[in-house]
Amino acid sequence: MENLIFGINGPVVTIKGKTTLSMLEMVYVGEQKLVGEVIAIDSDKTTIQVYEDTAGLAPGEPVIGTDSQLCVELGPGILSNIFDGIERPLQSLMQKSGAFIGKGISTAVLDEEKLWNVHLTVKVGDTLSGGSIYAETQETPAIRHKVMLSPLLSGKVVEVKPDGAYRIHDTVAVLEDAKGSRHELTLTQRWPIRQPRPVAHRRAASVPLITGQRVLDTLFPIAKGGAAAIPGGFGTGKTMTQHQLAKWCDADIIVYVGCGERGNEMTQALQEFSELIDPRSGKPLTDRTVLIANTSNMPVAAREASIYTGITLAEYYRDMGYHTAIMADSTSRWAEALREISGRLEEMPADEGFPAYLPSRLSEFYERAGYMDVLSGGEGSVTIIGAVSPQGSDFSEPVTQNTKRFTRCFWALDKSLAYARHYPAINWNNSYSEYLGDLERWYHDNVGPDFMKYREEISSILYEETNLMEIVKLIGADVLPDDQKLTLEIARVIRVGFLQQNAFHPDDTYVTPEKQMKMMHVILHLYHKCRQIVAMAVPMSKLTATGLFDKLIKMKYDVPNNKLELLDEDLNEIDAVLASYLRK
Amino acid sequence: MLIEHQGLSEINGALVILEGVEHPINEELVEISLPDGSARTGRIVAIEGDKVALQVFEGTRGLSMVNTRTRLTGHPMEMPLSGEILGRVFDGLGRPIDGLGEVFPKKKMNVNGQPMNPVARVYPKNYIRTGISSIDCLTTLIRGQKLPIFSGSGMRHNELAVQIVEQASVADSEDFAIVFAAMGVKNDVADYFRTSFENAGVMDRVVMFLNVSNDPIIERIITPRCALTAAEYLAFEMNKHILVILTDMTSYCEALREFSSSKGEIPGRKGYPGYLYSDLATLYERAGIINSAKGSVTQIPILTMPNDDITHPIPDLTGYITEGQIVLDRGLDTTGIYPPVNVLSSLSRLMKDGIGAGFTREDHSALANQLFALYARVQDAKALASVIGEDELSAGDKRVMAFGKAFEEQFLGQGKENRSMEQTLDLGWKLLSMLPRSELDRVDEKMLDKYYVPTD
Repeated sequence: MENLIFGINGPVVTIKGKTTLSMLEMVYVGEQKLVGEVIAIDSDKTTIQVYEDTAGLAPGEPVIGTDSQLCVELGPGILSNIFDGIERPLQSLMQKSGAFIGKGISTAVLDEEKLWNVHLTVKVGDTLSGGSIYAETQETPAIRHKVMLSPLLSGKVVEVKPDGAYRIHDTVAVLEDAKGSRHELTLTQRWPIRQPRPVAHRRAASVPLITGQRVLDTLFPIAKGGAAAIPGGFGTGKTMTQHQLAKWCDADIIVYVGCGERGNEMTQALQEFSELIDPRSGKPLTDRTVLIANTSNMPVAAREASIYTGITLAEYYRDMGYHTAIMADSTSRWAEALREISGRLEEMPADEGFPAYLPSRLSEFYERAGYMDVLSGGEGSVTIIGAVSPQGSDFSEPVTQNTKRFTRCFWALDKSLAYARHYPAINWNNSYSEYLGDLERWYHDNVGPDFMKYREEISSILYEETNLMEIVKLIGADVLPDDQKLTLEIARVIRVGFLQQNAFHPDDTYVTPEKQMKMMHVILHLYHKCRQIVAMAVPMSKLTATGLFDKLIKMKYDVPNNKLELLDEDLNEIDAVLASYLRK
Repeated sequence: MLIEHQGLSEINGALVILEGVEHPINEELVEISLPDGSARTGRIVAIEGDKVALQVFEGTRGLSMVNTRTRLTGHPMEMPLSGEILGRVFDGLGRPIDGLGEVFPKKKMNVNGQPMNPVARVYPKNYIRTGISSIDCLTTLIRGQKLPIFSGSGMRHNELAVQIVEQASVADSEDFAIVFAAMGVKNDVADYFRTSFENAGVMDRVVMFLNVSNDPIIERIITPRCALTAAEYLAFEMNKHILVILTDMTSYCEALREFSSSKGEIPGRKGYPGYLYSDLATLYERAGIINSAKGSVTQIPILTMPNDDITHPIPDLTGYITEGQIVLDRGLDTTGIYPPVNVLSSLSRLMKDGIGAGFTREDHSALANQLFALYARVQDAKALASVIGEDELSAGDKRVMAFGKAFEEQFLGQGKENRSMEQTLDLGWKLLSMLPRSELDRVDEKMLDKYYVPTD
């Protein structure tokens, strides 16, 4: 029986009567073959959400089922590419429909003609379990792509092609499963986006994702396989922070999802990432990056899907044994897409019109992060960093609150810091990281035994400053005793010289944990010396006049990343300048 | 298919329900004829079998269930376009109201537009000099950007918009044109813009779309779409640089809310529809530059924040889509400072790549950062002074206060002066020089050596 369109309401299309379509099945809608997905079935109608603009659809046009859920195609050619929310490559869309995105365009997801130099890693007679690697190819100069068996398959290799150049859909090996049926193995596989890819075992977080951003690595570190939320009103630098992380964090693969955000930002990311060199591999950043761009004016249903497309790509590379990080900017737009579709379905709304299943959808998404033993034998991780755009900068709204429940890092962006151009505008009083305990060991072994001690002291000075500022707001700083003035002054050094980081400065945009620790050491050294001197009743004004505080504020610019010994000289200089006071 | 239908089955606000319709197409344009011979236009917004919901642009006043005839046109809402639209005035639906006759179309374009492919976009980098210090130095406007003005009722945002148009146009090439869309503004405001454009001698380069406050609200929902379609045509087919002024977005959103509630949709925050963000994005995201044309579309939407509340859904969602915002400040306005730009809450996201050596001047970025940081300190000092009195402030805080005063009076309060970039930047340094060099922590030594001029 043919399925015909009955009703159309925005991106939602209904079919009357019983259909053979199944839940979450991908369908083609109308004469233009718009991509859609079945989202509800009841006895008298089937509801479909359409991933393209529905203008021009008419009742009576056919809906064609595909017998498969909404899937992504996985294989070499994903990296350095830019896709829309349902994995259509934007480059080929542009070639087909020009600068504006047309409708119903079908195009190959990955380049089907490109020849890959494939090395087969199995031989006839090998037994393969789901997720095992059977071939390898150099996808980009930085990343070796490992071709894996679908997690659902297993069996014995009965045929293997020699190493050589193959296209993605060429058969490179043949597998016979337990039932005796033969499966031709190519360089690609498909996977439904809403279903997490299976792993062998989930591990505890123990290794940090080093971001090179001082406020994050030092104060609120995130673990590889962790999940973090960056909430902030507009103009507080969510996208900027996400871009910084995408550029500098030490993951092997970056999936950047622009979900309902600005078109120009995606263009910028595309351009910047191709110009920047990854400090670890020495190759352009695009070699390890895939962008998913579903900008705010692209169809809302595809925006809902884009998050899942992104995480599935991330999981695929994790399964090869890579550490991947996915930046979702912004999850609020995704939640709004849920709300919009839910409204069209006339579901009962919960908080602020969001559907009641918002928390469960959010938890499903964030739980796909993790540090795993993967089926191919090694270990890999997916780290999720989700931006949240709270309405009216009010963190009590449903998306922020629910995200908080499912992430263990909370990097709260602050409007007043942004107004003062303190970037990254991460508020040290509202933010937290629950990974500190898990990562302590790693910092101790890999950066230095004092790292956590310094961190605690820095953090308590900042806390003390916050309390003192309450008093200063009422009576001014001049009447404070000298030891408190010192606290304020050193807190200023920490805020301006350490927490503030200039993304446009070549040396300051990325800072190694070693330099972060040394900078803390220098600042605290000055603090301890000055405290001794102040205790000897030397007025604070004399100490500020030495210029040491201002010098430390500028050390982030004065000390290049490869000349950390300059920081030791700073230590000596502090001792030399302050020696005369200490002698008295 | 030219089938006419007699009668309607339901009328609800601007929405009309029609039954027994053959072959309706989603978003198709419908012509409605009244018994008195007048005609209206509508659009199909939802379909259920042979039952369709129509949105009537001109409103449903005077429609009857029996005598109304409707005809499906088979095509979506389109706008006739040609280079001759320059200098013309249209109503909110893109129909000429200046008595100069119909536009002979070279091309008809769907008013809803299509999303720009991010790959085809060119990242905006060329700044537009507006001659206004607070904007040029601190929230630089870039060609292809969408930079709204957040204002409040009674503040001089219209004057500011006109001043930007006048001064920006002077600096630019011949291929510069303005598309102006008025949505629900008062007749006086529409007239003010028209006379200002005429006085500035730019009227032959302006396309105006007027939906004044007593025009139908559904028409208001189409007005910005017509304007942006015209802008896209001029920019991407005729290679012109287009500045689009949309005023007042608050009226637009209110029209959308009114229509949404008449459709019985589930409301989001403050009764606005849940899709307000997506809807606004389909307007704002039409700004930009594409790689296949020389022109550009730059947008300056103006909105009045209800009760001056920046967290209200309209400014809030706008801010999340646009590339920054220029916020006007009631306090500055009442002290007579014009333009009353609140620089701390204002921002231009694209400026970082459009300023500095090769664009404006090498010191621009450092100077802007330092001014922002110092002006933020001015606010702290002011707050303290209001508690303990200005006399009790420390010497440092007093200096900062003096800087703040000079900054507001000289830098912000420039009146109708048209300043060059050099003048603006030099003035910035002059103000910075009121403070000791050691307090300028956002500027590196080389810049200070070159530009810092201590006053004696």
